[in-house]
Amino acid sequence: MYSGLVSVAYVVASILFILSLGGLSHQETARRGNWCGIAGISIAMVATLYHIGADNLIATLVAIALGGIAGLIVAQRVVMTQMPQLVAILHSFVGLAAVLVGFAGYLEPLVSTVGAEHTIKLVEVYVGIFVGGITFTGSVVACGKLHGVISSKPVMLPGRHWLNLGIIIATLVLGGSFLSTDNSALGVTILIVMTGLALLLGTHLIMAIGGADMPVVVSMLNSYSGWAAAAIGFLLRNDLLIVTGALVGSSGAILSYIMCKAMNRSFVSVILGGFGQSTESTGVASDEPVQETTVEEVCEELLSAQAVIITPGYGMAVAQAQNPVSDITRFLRDKGVEVRFGIHPVAGRLPGHMNVLLAEAKVPYDIVLEMDEINDDFPQTDVVLVIGANDTVNPSAAEDPGSPISGMPVLEVWKAHRVVVLKRGMSAGYSGVENPLFYKPNTRMLFGDAKDMTEQILMRLKG
Amino acid sequence: MILGIPREIHEHEHRVAATPKSVRKLIGLGHEVVVECGAGASAQFSDAAYKEAGATIAESPKDLYQVADCVLKVRAPEIHPEYGVDESQWLKQDSHLLGYLWPAQNPELLEKLSARGVTAFAIDSLPRISRAQRMDALSSMANIAGYRAVVEAAQHFGRFFTGQVTAAGKVPPAKVLVIGAGVAGLAAVGAARGMGAIVRAFDTRPEVREQVESMGADFLEVEMEEEGAGAGGYAKEMSDEFIRKEMALFLEQAAEVDIIITTALIPGKPAPKLITEDMVKAMKPGSVIVDLASERGGNCELTVPGEIACKHQVTLIGYTDLPSRMATVASELYATNLLNLITELTPEKDGQFNVDMDDDVIRGVTVVHQGEISWPPPKPKTPTSTQPPPGTEEPPSRQQPLAAPSPLFRSLRQIGWLLIAVGVLYGVGAHAPQSFLTHFTVFVLACFIGWQVIWNVTPALHTPLMSVTNAISGIIVIGAILHLAQSESIIIGVASFFAVLIASINVAGGFRVTHRMLNMFRK
Repeated sequence: MYSGLVSVAYVVASILFILSLGGLSHQETARRGNWCGIAGISIAMVATLYHIGADNLIATLVAIALGGIAGLIVAQRVVMTQMPQLVAILHSFVGLAAVLVGFAGYLEPLVSTVGAEHTIKLVEVYVGIFVGGITFTGSVVACGKLHGVISSKPVMLPGRHWLNLGIIIATLVLGGSFLSTDNSALGVTILIVMTGLALLLGTHLIMAIGGADMPVVVSMLNSYSGWAAAAIGFLLRNDLLIVTGALVGSSGAILSYIMCKAMNRSFVSVILGGFGQSTESTGVASDEPVQETTVEEVCEELLSAQAVIITPGYGMAVAQAQNPVSDITRFLRDKGVEVRFGIHPVAGRLPGHMNVLLAEAKVPYDIVLEMDEINDDFPQTDVVLVIGANDTVNPSAAEDPGSPISGMPVLEVWKAHRVVVLKRGMSAGYSGVENPLFYKPNTRMLFGDAKDMTEQILMRLKG
Repeated sequence: MILGIPREIHEHEHRVAATPKSVRKLIGLGHEVVVECGAGASAQFSDAAYKEAGATIAESPKDLYQVADCVLKVRAPEIHPEYGVDESQWLKQDSHLLGYLWPAQNPELLEKLSARGVTAFAIDSLPRISRAQRMDALSSMANIAGYRAVVEAAQHFGRFFTGQVTAAGKVPPAKVLVIGAGVAGLAAVGAARGMGAIVRAFDTRPEVREQVESMGADFLEVEMEEEGAGAGGYAKEMSDEFIRKEMALFLEQAAEVDIIITTALIPGKPAPKLITEDMVKAMKPGSVIVDLASERGGNCELTVPGEIACKHQVTLIGYTDLPSRMATVASELYATNLLNLITELTPEKDGQFNVDMDDDVIRGVTVVHQGEISWPPPKPKTPTSTQPPPGTEEPPSRQQPLAAPSPLFRSLRQIGWLLIAVGVLYGVGAHAPQSFLTHFTVFVLACFIGWQVIWNVTPALHTPLMSVTNAISGIIVIGAILHLAQSESIIIGVASFFAVLIASINVAGGFRVTHRMLNMFRK
């Protein structure tokens, strides 16, 4: 079915994709990796166009051109704080494409099949459309939540677990009759109903998940978009799609795993949603007062420090404070203060989100360290600036076995000589757990908007 | 309320109870501040600086005491050498006094203050709870004393602290033994390490080991099971057996080390004698002992309190005024401690004291309340023995995660998954046609390659990873192109056209945004 030349082109493209992902292991090789990916997809598309010949070539080229230009424009305009939304919406495109191709594959199969092969093909169609459907609406909802169009609070319908279970059982039952029917009209009807159910399930699943669990959700949807592509690859008997889908699928799965590990929660509990809804706080048994500080004092402490660590969280992204933070970093480094960043794996709304924001603000990546790399250095640190982070620096995760976030690995900022927390108020973090860090004797609170405060610190440092 | 800062009159006392910086903040709390002229002179704070901070300058102590509602001092009141009057007799009726009062040692002072009807706060009587740490002047001063002890030792020691290899030969590093790893001891360890010496520290409380070691010193211990921690994080007296072994250790160390700094104090008792004359004799000529306990009799038998003595060719430093020898920083820290206490006393920031006798901290420091002696305070409700010494961070208390599944359950679960996997593979192998199996092989191998490759991706690049996988999952465009090329019905054609279009958005957008991001990552 595919000529030798096309097959070889597909093998080359597969290898280029693997190299592309492999290149991301270091910042130095990452750009080369991206070019490998571009080369891979270009080769694959040219080979496919060569394969199809003249049929509908014009329409195909027009579609590619329109989509490509739209993609370039969007990618050029997006600001880095909006990366999570962009990634989510791109996932939805893959999901939708999988649904469309799945339908096309059922109605106008490219390969005619009989017997067991036919059954397998039907399973592939069914699975491809189902996963694609969930990915589509799930990603759209995730994008809406990340963009703030939809409230990022979990939406808890009564009996939601039963609803999910019902949809899954209905899907399985429909799948059974889909495989046993030879009637094409009935098959299409079943497929449409099932697609509706998948779209509903995707929406409902993600609606029930709160904002701070989005890193897991987005990685999971990333994974699903890969599996959907792989299913379509089986359907089309196309190894390139299978390989690519498998790569993307395992990538997303690993990212979800890392994120869950970093929150000490099981994947299932994240997906079932509803976290952070227990409004009863564990009530920090503390007679300690919260100690406020001023911009002047913070500046004094920063200037007299030898080692400073900044631990940013989603609050920094919301306040768009990364540029003043970067300027403060540069200023202090010029003064000979060792400034580094400690990044928790789930800081932000996307894996690696903080790194991108800091890179955009021109913070050199070699001073931006992961939690495991920097956690042992806190006792030797003079000042820690916590900017818009809460649960990821909560000592009760390490110290209070009764805490809902007990066992979650956190940045152990409280071991530093001085912790300055930039925060708007005393509210609890996403998990709803009170943060005893604010009451530690070596903690000082600097209340206010993160951008405002960091700009004031910068002005004070310079002036 | 008018706060008065008199000049200290104790001999060799250079500290002052407020600095221009603390004066500014005291005024911020709604108080007025009067400073006696020359009060800060020996700590390098000029009258002009106080004036600029908003204080008024009183010409004589009498003028000051006449107006002050609360007097802030360092030393307890004593007979003024110029006027021949006890300072406490100048205090106004119903006024307040704040400073080091040592109520246990000075019962007659409490009587005098009570007779004047004043309210007196003894900063040395703070309860040892963590909330009180920022007012803990004892710790502030101990820290300075520990640092200064090393500086004094260095001055009287004839060699480098740090080892050096010079053109003129090799110089070994000095060996320093610090006895007692409280605030002063740890400060001494830090200062001596900073100068490059080899430092060992001894303490009867094994829980301070971690703090000692974190500062780069070796922790010496006596091989015996006995807890040395008493109430409030202080040391307690030890058994005879322990002391005998301890002495043997010190004798052995004395012969080896060049400098001994002793900081051992037990609350309410004379300082324990830890360094005997025999040990001093055992030390090398030119060695130095700094005895930080000399005010309470000294840890060394031969110490002369307040002076430097030379016995058996060993210099014994018995200064009792080490913090005052660093008057500027000592005044700054002391003034901040007092400021923090006054902040507690002025909760409304309106310049009015609220002596809340239900507050643990305020109850603890108040030794005379409106003319009535209120010392000693009742025992604090909560035991404070778990509190670490101030100025040090808590040792980490890692808890086991809750309810980890039992190993049996885990292995059963693993076996379950394994069985499912075997079942699926068997089903696929037994029933699926050959054509499917080739693709299935490719799929499984690709998953494994993905698994290997992705774990190598640095976490900093996880966002670019997501966008690049986004772009390559746009490979689904190929399926759409194939269908578009062969579409027969218009519906399929339109659907395929649309699929090609959105998948292309993915490809172009994903790679473009990845490229943008990666360009930002700069060293």
